[in-house]
Amino acid sequence: MKYSGAEIIVHLLEKKGIDTIAGIPGSANLPLYRALHDSKIKHVLARHEQGAGFIAQGMARSTGKAAVCFATSGPGATNLLTAIADAKLDSVPVVAFTGQVATSLIGTDAFQEIDTYGLTIPITKHNFLVRSAAELLDVIPEAFRIAETGRPGPVVIDVPKDVQQQVCEFGQWPGFHEPTKPQVIEKQLIDKIAQAIHYAVKPVIMFGAGIIESGSCQLLRLLAEKNNIPLTSTMRGLGAISPEHPLYVGMIGMHGTKYANRITEEADLILALGLRFDDRATGKVSEFCRNAQIIHVDIDKAEINKIKPAFMSVNADLHDFLSLLIPSVDKKERREWLDECYETKDALPYVVAPLNGDVFHPLRIIDEVAASIPADSIITTDVGQHQMWVAMKYPITSPRTFLTSGGLGTMGFGVPTAIGAALANPGKKVVAFSGDGSFMMNMQELATIADEKPNMAILLFNNGTLGLVRQQQELFFDKKYIGSKFKSTPDFAGIAKCFGLKSIDLEKVSDPLGALHEALQLNEPVFINVPVNADENVFPMVPPGAANKVMID
Amino acid sequence: MKQKNHTVIELIVNNHPGVMSHITGLFSRRGYNLEGILCGAIGQGATSVMFLLVRKNEQYQQVLLQLNKLNDVIELKEREDYDHTVFNRIGDLF
Repeated sequence: MKYSGAEIIVHLLEKKGIDTIAGIPGSANLPLYRALHDSKIKHVLARHEQGAGFIAQGMARSTGKAAVCFATSGPGATNLLTAIADAKLDSVPVVAFTGQVATSLIGTDAFQEIDTYGLTIPITKHNFLVRSAAELLDVIPEAFRIAETGRPGPVVIDVPKDVQQQVCEFGQWPGFHEPTKPQVIEKQLIDKIAQAIHYAVKPVIMFGAGIIESGSCQLLRLLAEKNNIPLTSTMRGLGAISPEHPLYVGMIGMHGTKYANRITEEADLILALGLRFDDRATGKVSEFCRNAQIIHVDIDKAEINKIKPAFMSVNADLHDFLSLLIPSVDKKERREWLDECYETKDALPYVVAPLNGDVFHPLRIIDEVAASIPADSIITTDVGQHQMWVAMKYPITSPRTFLTSGGLGTMGFGVPTAIGAALANPGKKVVAFSGDGSFMMNMQELATIADEKPNMAILLFNNGTLGLVRQQQELFFDKKYIGSKFKSTPDFAGIAKCFGLKSIDLEKVSDPLGALHEALQLNEPVFINVPVNADENVFPMVPPGAANKVMID
Repeated sequence: MKQKNHTVIELIVNNHPGVMSHITGLFSRRGYNLEGILCGAIGQGATSVMFLLVRKNEQYQQVLLQLNKLNDVIELKEREDYDHTVFNRIGDLF
């Protein structure tokens, strides 16, 4: 067989089952696009490479499978970096192909040359600079294996233009490796953990995205129910269990529930499953759960003992771990501990929208959206106050339906990620909650939405400020506001309309909630502007650097 | 250079132009100390051996775990037995 490097890439992507690729062509990846032209893979033309990266993330986060994006060399690659870094921090399997100048030009400061390999070392799980077409036969299956195995993560494959064009003769196509299953778990360790749970008086399960990644949501529920252990989630764990579950005490951390933080603080045993003790979840680490023994289970061995020393730890796939642990754990009522939890919960009621107040209060709008769309709809957010309100209030009931930038906290994430999620889940409704600050960081993707017409709504919480910045300046920087209020705000609904989208400004209609409900029933893209009071703060909140027990409201 | 509390990590790594960046970049971005490094191709040249001189402080276990995660690291050994003075003799080259 004889194929060019570009043809090898496209053929192997087809073989891997990739059906949609987001990207932007440019000089250094034109051979790749030539090969893509003859493929059945659908190409989604983004308007900025960061948008392409987040579209890939939307596909990957909502399906759990690796997704692909393309960018050219130089500025194409640098524009991708934020989306790649975001995927690294949240462990999302994205495989990005970047064009590179021809091998003979590398190192000469050629036109649109940048050291993509060097730039992406710290923000990828692994990266490759491919030096011959033949190498692609190894590199591509290996890249997908790395992206999807163990703790997932992004991989960048930088392919010089001449390598894309080089013709390679070879005997047969390589296969794709099945993601390898990791370590065996010793039965003895399982017994010890079961015993520790048995003797614990106030155990709490704290879970993160690892539960969702490993497909262990059912097992998590079974474990909690069998031994009656209260559960708290990190932000990225939302959706692993129904918020209505009686044992669930809500999200932990800076904008978590007061009772989740209080109950976790009371615990004598923390079963930490698939999480990495991020500072937004733990608050001041030295103060976090000082009276609790921690049993940490994670697929990434380097996360164990990184932040919080573990009393016992298991480096394993959570599905394997929970399958072994559940039969070993005894049934328990835990009446006293649960009563204490319920009392704490009743004593510290959770935030609700003011009953007779502002119809545009974000919590009220979130309730209205949740009541208007199917429960399995996919919700994306940008970053800021609206993100915290959604994380607090939106009833996320199933895994992979809440896509948010947790680790990197990237403004501009929500809209392109929603496009990717909608493309990968054609039967589902997708709603992107955004703020006016975040939205403007990737609003060019409205054009991509106009092209593709995904079934998605953008809900813009428009307060004319960088709200979470303004809030911190109010609370912790002497109310000296600088750089947090926009001097001018555009007519966002008008902008969306000019891009060719249906749009509605709730400020300008007589029945805003009725109009909102109606707009969400459309099976086409719609943009909804919601005027939000700029003085509104997200409470409760743990001040940055403080312990979780110091919540203010 | 005093060599107290130091130890040597021996790595077998894939030999390609980017591997050194992967190793040294890990140390710089995670704020670990790297006191010395010796590296050379072995065998047919597809792999290299690296000797990293590091301090055995509270970060040491994390250093090992993070190095082990790098895809280009094929093998990692802790070489308590290693003669640290080899790093001192590098000074003879200057």
